Amino acid sequence: MTNNARQHIHAWLLLLPAAVLLAAFTHYPAVATIWHSFFSTPKGARAAVWVGLDNYLTLIEDPVFWQVLVNNVWFALGTIPLSIVLAFVMALWVNGKIVGRGFLRMAFFTPTVLPMIAVANIWLFFYTPGYGLLEQFTVGFLGLPSHNWLGSQSTALISLMVVTIWKEAGFFMIFYLAALQAIPPVLAEAAAIEGASRTQYLLRVVIPLLMPTTLFVLVNAVINAFRLVDHIVVMTRGGPDNASALLLYYIYDVGFKFWDSAYAATLTVVLLILLGLAALFQFLVLERRTHYQ
Amino acid sequence: MSAIRLQQVSKAWAEVHAVADVSFTAQAGQFVTLLGPSGCGKSTTLRLIAGLETPTSGSVHLFDRDVTHQTPAQRHLSMVFQSYALFPHLDVAQNILFGLKVRGVGAAECALRLQRTAELLGLGALLHRKPAQLSGGQQQRVALGRAIIAETPVCLMDEPLSNLDAQLRQEMRQELRALQRQLGITMVYVTHDQTEAMSMADQVILMHAGRIEQNATPAELYAQPATVFAARFIGTPPMNVVALPEHAPAGVLLGVRPEAIRLASDTGHAAQVLAVEYLGADSLLTCRIGAAQLNARVPGHHANAVGATVRLVWHAEDEHFFDAASGHRLTQPPRQHVEMVR
Repeated sequence: MTNNARQHIHAWLLLLPAAVLLAAFTHYPAVATIWHSFFSTPKGARAAVWVGLDNYLTLIEDPVFWQVLVNNVWFALGTIPLSIVLAFVMALWVNGKIVGRGFLRMAFFTPTVLPMIAVANIWLFFYTPGYGLLEQFTVGFLGLPSHNWLGSQSTALISLMVVTIWKEAGFFMIFYLAALQAIPPVLAEAAAIEGASRTQYLLRVVIPLLMPTTLFVLVNAVINAFRLVDHIVVMTRGGPDNASALLLYYIYDVGFKFWDSAYAATLTVVLLILLGLAALFQFLVLERRTHYQ
Repeated sequence: MSAIRLQQVSKAWAEVHAVADVSFTAQAGQFVTLLGPSGCGKSTTLRLIAGLETPTSGSVHLFDRDVTHQTPAQRHLSMVFQSYALFPHLDVAQNILFGLKVRGVGAAECALRLQRTAELLGLGALLHRKPAQLSGGQQQRVALGRAIIAETPVCLMDEPLSNLDAQLRQEMRQELRALQRQLGITMVYVTHDQTEAMSMADQVILMHAGRIEQNATPAELYAQPATVFAARFIGTPPMNVVALPEHAPAGVLLGVRPEAIRLASDTGHAAQVLAVEYLGADSLLTCRIGAAQLNARVPGHHANAVGATVRLVWHAEDEHFFDAASGHRLTQPPRQHVEMVR
């Protein structure tokens, strides 16, 4: 056996464990999902039969699907820009020379470290009508009328968005902080000598240099916005009247409560397509405007 | 008119004095070098002039204007950094124009000055490249372009040539000096390389441990070192500073440059050759006279001289004397020595 061939075999053997896991738990399920979306749901003695695009036609006529899709788009638009801007501002703040910045950094990062279920329970208490923390302030201190934040159609989704922003911003801040610290301080000095103000330095040097980070954070934020499920399970279960249901939660409902696995597979394919398109747009369009060091 | 004047400037961090009581003046159009070993405070002094650091005490004046508490932008000067500090996301043209753009100079004026600067530095073909696509020498030129396009009267340079190879460094030395003369800029140039300092500067400020050791022209620095430190820093190899009882009384050190020492056949000091370093045109002999060790730079090749006894002579006017306790130069030769010569 030649040396070259042996090298190839070694390389493949080393990659094998990861490849097997990826294939078994990512690639096969993805392909199987697409395959199942063209079949009916097997029930009892009735095996699954080929139904072609029937599941997709059902989907187009399903009002709940359109509602959760719109909910999800609003959820993404409401949480992503705000959490990114917040993360950037917090990173700038804790990157400065201020007293207690170690404590601040830890405080900002804490929401990310906490388990999602625990976070959701804490916020559940905040939002509780009557004696929740929010009500104690709005009703007890400001004297506003009581409001069921999670229980009314108009505010359920927004309440969930606030929790998500609170949780995501700290996580993204870490990436911005790392990127800020990778910028050589001498660039700030050069800009200062050239007569740039702090704002000009920020706009002309810092933000362009952080574009790779922003792209990375954006991809992550979009993925997170479409795969959020744990907060909803704990806080609203999609209610009231699907007002706070998002795509993945609907898939969970269809798949594991109604046991309509074929339709759940169809919804999953839609989710995959959406995420694929988002990634494609970000890498093709934003990539060109991004400088990598 | 003095372009730069520092008055008793000190800079301390906690207990560490980086710069202590430094005062000097640079005239307009002068090329001044801050020279010294690493950690001597030369870069800090430059940053104090730039406004990147604020002095703990003392004052900085530019053209008789007190700028001690002004920001770098208000001081209106330019600076070339050791790492060049080019903006990696901007191309060459945008890097050079950065200062003009943030100061709101018009597009037509920018284009005109960019063309002139690019022509002067030979950057015309590179204007649309990113810094990462340039060689070290080209990056250095871009940094230089960004400094001179502002047309500021004062330009500061922090070891700008230290990242270049030896040949490029020599070319750039001459080019920088010519450019400085042509544009009439007052230049403050930080370096640890005495060759750069001696060959480029009108005035060399030699620093040591945060203080100015000597402030003189290159010729004066070489011919009349003010301290033992200056004597031992300047020259390749540096001056021999030894205690030689026949020449200097106790408490006085004798200094002789290696290139002032010659070999003689009958007169002079008997010395044992410890090592020979062949340099091409000449050789460097490490010799011992009694307990003192001296370097002699003599013409020719002396490969077989190790272990041999030679005789060393030098002229009386090549002798320098220093006070052993303070390290300062003694202007009068010690009396005992005068008697001995007679």
